[in-house]
Amino acid sequence: MRNILGKGLSSWGMMVLLLIVPLIFYYTGNAFYLDLATRLVILAIAAVGLNFVLGFGGLISFGHAAFLGLGAYAVGIPAYHEIYGGWDALASTNGFFHFGLAIGVGALFALVTGAISLKVKGVHFIMITMAFAQMIYYLVMSIEEYGGDDGLVIDMRSEFPLISLDDPIQFFLIAFASLALIMWLVHRMVNSRFGMVLRGSKGNESRMISIGYPTYRYRLVAYVISGAICGYAGALLGNFTAFISPEMMDWSRSGNLMFMVILGGVATIFGPVWGAIAFIVLEEILSGFTVYWHLPFGLMLVLVVMFSRGGISSLLRGKEDK
Amino acid sequence: MDTTLLVIQGLNGLQLGLLLFLVASGLTLVFGILDFVNLAHGSLYMVGAFICASLTFYFDSFLIALVVSLPLIGIFGYLFEIVVARKLYERDHLDHVLGTFGAILVIDTVAHIIWGANGISVPLPDYLEGQVSLTSDIQIPVFRLLIIAAGLASAALLFWMVNYTRLGMLIRAGASNRTMVSALGVDIKTLFSLVFAMGAVLAGLAGMLIAPITEASLGMGNNIIITAFVVIIVGGIGSMKGAFIAALIIGVIDTLGRAFLDDIFALFMSSEAAENSAPAISSMLIYLLMASVLYFKPAGLFPPKVR
Amino acid sequence: MKKLTAAVAIATSMMAGFSIADTVKIGYVTTLTTPAAIIGQDMQNGVNLAMKHLGGKAGSHDLEVIFADDGFAPDTGKQVTDRLVKQDNVDIVAGYIWSHVLLASRKSVLDNDKFLIISNAGPSPAAGKLCHEDQFSVGVQNDLGPMAMGDQMNAAGVKKLYIMAPNYAAGKDMVKGVERTFKGEIVGKDLTKWGKDAQLDFSAELAKAKASGAEAIWVFYPGAAAGAFIKQYQQAGLSESMPLYTSFTIDAISLPKLQAAGFTAALGSQTTQIWDPTIDTAENKKFVADFRAEYGHYPSYYGAQAYDTIKAIAAAVEAADGAKDRDAFRAAFKSVNYDSVRGEYSYGNNNFPIQNLYLREFVEGSDGIWTSKIVGTVYEPGQDTYASQCKLK
Repeated sequence: MRNILGKGLSSWGMMVLLLIVPLIFYYTGNAFYLDLATRLVILAIAAVGLNFVLGFGGLISFGHAAFLGLGAYAVGIPAYHEIYGGWDALASTNGFFHFGLAIGVGALFALVTGAISLKVKGVHFIMITMAFAQMIYYLVMSIEEYGGDDGLVIDMRSEFPLISLDDPIQFFLIAFASLALIMWLVHRMVNSRFGMVLRGSKGNESRMISIGYPTYRYRLVAYVISGAICGYAGALLGNFTAFISPEMMDWSRSGNLMFMVILGGVATIFGPVWGAIAFIVLEEILSGFTVYWHLPFGLMLVLVVMFSRGGISSLLRGKEDK
Repeated sequence: MDTTLLVIQGLNGLQLGLLLFLVASGLTLVFGILDFVNLAHGSLYMVGAFICASLTFYFDSFLIALVVSLPLIGIFGYLFEIVVARKLYERDHLDHVLGTFGAILVIDTVAHIIWGANGISVPLPDYLEGQVSLTSDIQIPVFRLLIIAAGLASAALLFWMVNYTRLGMLIRAGASNRTMVSALGVDIKTLFSLVFAMGAVLAGLAGMLIAPITEASLGMGNNIIITAFVVIIVGGIGSMKGAFIAALIIGVIDTLGRAFLDDIFALFMSSEAAENSAPAISSMLIYLLMASVLYFKPAGLFPPKVR
Repeated sequence: MKKLTAAVAIATSMMAGFSIADTVKIGYVTTLTTPAAIIGQDMQNGVNLAMKHLGGKAGSHDLEVIFADDGFAPDTGKQVTDRLVKQDNVDIVAGYIWSHVLLASRKSVLDNDKFLIISNAGPSPAAGKLCHEDQFSVGVQNDLGPMAMGDQMNAAGVKKLYIMAPNYAAGKDMVKGVERTFKGEIVGKDLTKWGKDAQLDFSAELAKAKASGAEAIWVFYPGAAAGAFIKQYQQAGLSESMPLYTSFTIDAISLPKLQAAGFTAALGSQTTQIWDPTIDTAENKKFVADFRAEYGHYPSYYGAQAYDTIKAIAAAVEAADGAKDRDAFRAAFKSVNYDSVRGEYSYGNNNFPIQNLYLREFVEGSDGIWTSKIVGTVYEPGQDTYASQCKLK
């Protein structure tokens, strides 16, 4: 059970570095890298959320970008109405309302689509989750008022007492704290009785059923939690970019999230964070070299899948833990 | 909304459906027999279009280029199977999705480097450029009629092959029970390679047929691959008949949606809003169809028999 | 002793050079990947040619251009803009083909007190409510070309019109532009999917157009989609019954492909624009000749606007001695103190150009290469209708 943490000093060291290095960059005049780190941390939260169902629950969702997008629109739409009027009940700049709405919408969408999707198994599950994500992608695109395909520029960020998301340092620290908190929560859940059942049903569903666990219900709850986490990450992302577009929900974005989880190592606590770091750093370095950066990036993706199992976490974990 | 227009749009839908079928048939074979999720199948469609487009200028004839391109794309598919796909068969679907997602990025970028960002416009011989009158009101471009004919012919050939040849028998057997086929001593590796190459030829053909209409362009494969997946899921994985019928249904839904949905929306919202929302909503329809099919008949409309 | 003085002189001149004539950094955002990169390439060529003509200098200042790829997507565009502003620390962000990319990115530039010089995109909000003293356009506001087109179609006696455009910010602006001036009846309108997975098969729409009884069709399909549209228009047999009017569709980018594929439907069709390769100024002749010599084909208006963008920036940098004195730079830029390839123009209160709009017709050139010529001037000069919504001045 220990290895579920992806143990080892390296992972804790990584978290410390992830906190400190961006701040060093910022104070040495490289503000852009703090932004990059903030985006990384936000995507890491989403990857942790996806890993909760994908890694621990064995539910391969190919539509998790939809939750991110919904979370972002949960910030954008109230802000839009605050600026441009209309729909007074929704108009707000209150951060608690924005984030609450994002979590609620993420959870609700997960509940509705999960209730349907979880009836099917295997590759059908992959496809039905993708179908729901595409539906919401096109639905948002069809709503002219919120910019449709062009996306929505919001001129303000969620407002909280005492803290200001306009301050890049505070924003980064909040995102980082959220990541740490969510990782801890996922760790607790995975190791609870609930988590045991979830992981058990991944390994051998019929046995869990015969022991008397309603696996469907357990999975649905896990899916809803995952949706809520990604909705929260989406609210952060919407605040961070101050620009929200249907593009955020494109199927290739869902693919990117999956890539982070696999690359880092499924069913580990730190894996998704490793994956997000690898993804963002690679994207940043390669795209700086050439416009053809998809070539080395894609090659690496193919090679990682072909020749490494268990991702970065398993490499670090070494043999003794296996 | 008169009948003439409905017929023409129906034909347009049929044409789109048949193209979808060409892409989806290869996908459903590979998926059904090899249990391999190949997102890069759309890249074969794109590469087919580019090869044919380049050769059209080389031979100065679209038809010769088409005939020469078919075996080339088959070889490309065969090599892809050996180098990448084969190594992934025994992995789970997750690895398939990611590995082939990476392959898409690689193939797209290599195509960008070879053929440039500019798409390639494919010239047709004069006799394919005009229109034919089916009745006095109904005119459709000759080339679209050719696509319909080629699509139907390929479908017929494929049905014959799957149902009446030894290879087809193995394919059918493989789709319903893979272990049994290999247990019977069939050289499963060669069978897999052949099936893969055949899928590549079909997808490539679709790309070659669409290129004179929309140009060969980067990313064209990524637009169609997701729709092709919808087709095979709706039709039932591994089922040729299912892929055929689902492709036609989806082709017609998509075309009619684009053609008439804005008029229908305009009945209960401003024409401005209808115009803006109709294209997106009509794109949504096919996913709605897929989700409902999956919910009510998880194995698809026409699942392959036995197991 | 002499040696020493020379050394001191060199040292002081170097120091002087270092402190006064610092390099002005220009971030240039355009599309370098996806099929839309064909437009980005033309702009990149225009920028490089301008840099070559300037010798990379504006007065005593060196110019440095950093290109960035928006990937044809608003969110990527915003990301690369952020990087240019925050990491590369550019003085000026320029470029932008796409209206939706510009709308997503502009805040990142303006909030960080950089100048935003737009080469091509002309979304209505940027000319109206979202105008800004640090934001200038070297192109044209979206609505204006189609408005001129609407007038032109009135003059040609078109009574029933069918409209098609992609469903994004510029497409909607252009449609509004045509609708504003066209006096006849619009019998049908389609807005099609745009972006990375843009719709390129227009069978359903063309069938509708044919059945609608329209006398003419107006479309806006920039970049790679233009070729696809023209071909299908010709294949559907509409070229005889329904004359084609376009805005930002047939251009030096699509013409070579259309010519190679023999799509004669493009010839004879008309469009309205601020620039044409035949504009008779020394500056334009030099630009077109050098561009053709360097890159082997005619420049498009994207290339021309990109070329002008760099020339305009260089002139303002020279006049204001850099981009640090913000008021001086603004005033210098607004005075249009350079020879534009389009001829003379001035700025409206919203920092969008007030300029001539020409009627261009696509023809086979004397050397057999398809190009365009000017057959009339529709507005001389014309200004967009959003200027009154702009709070500046």
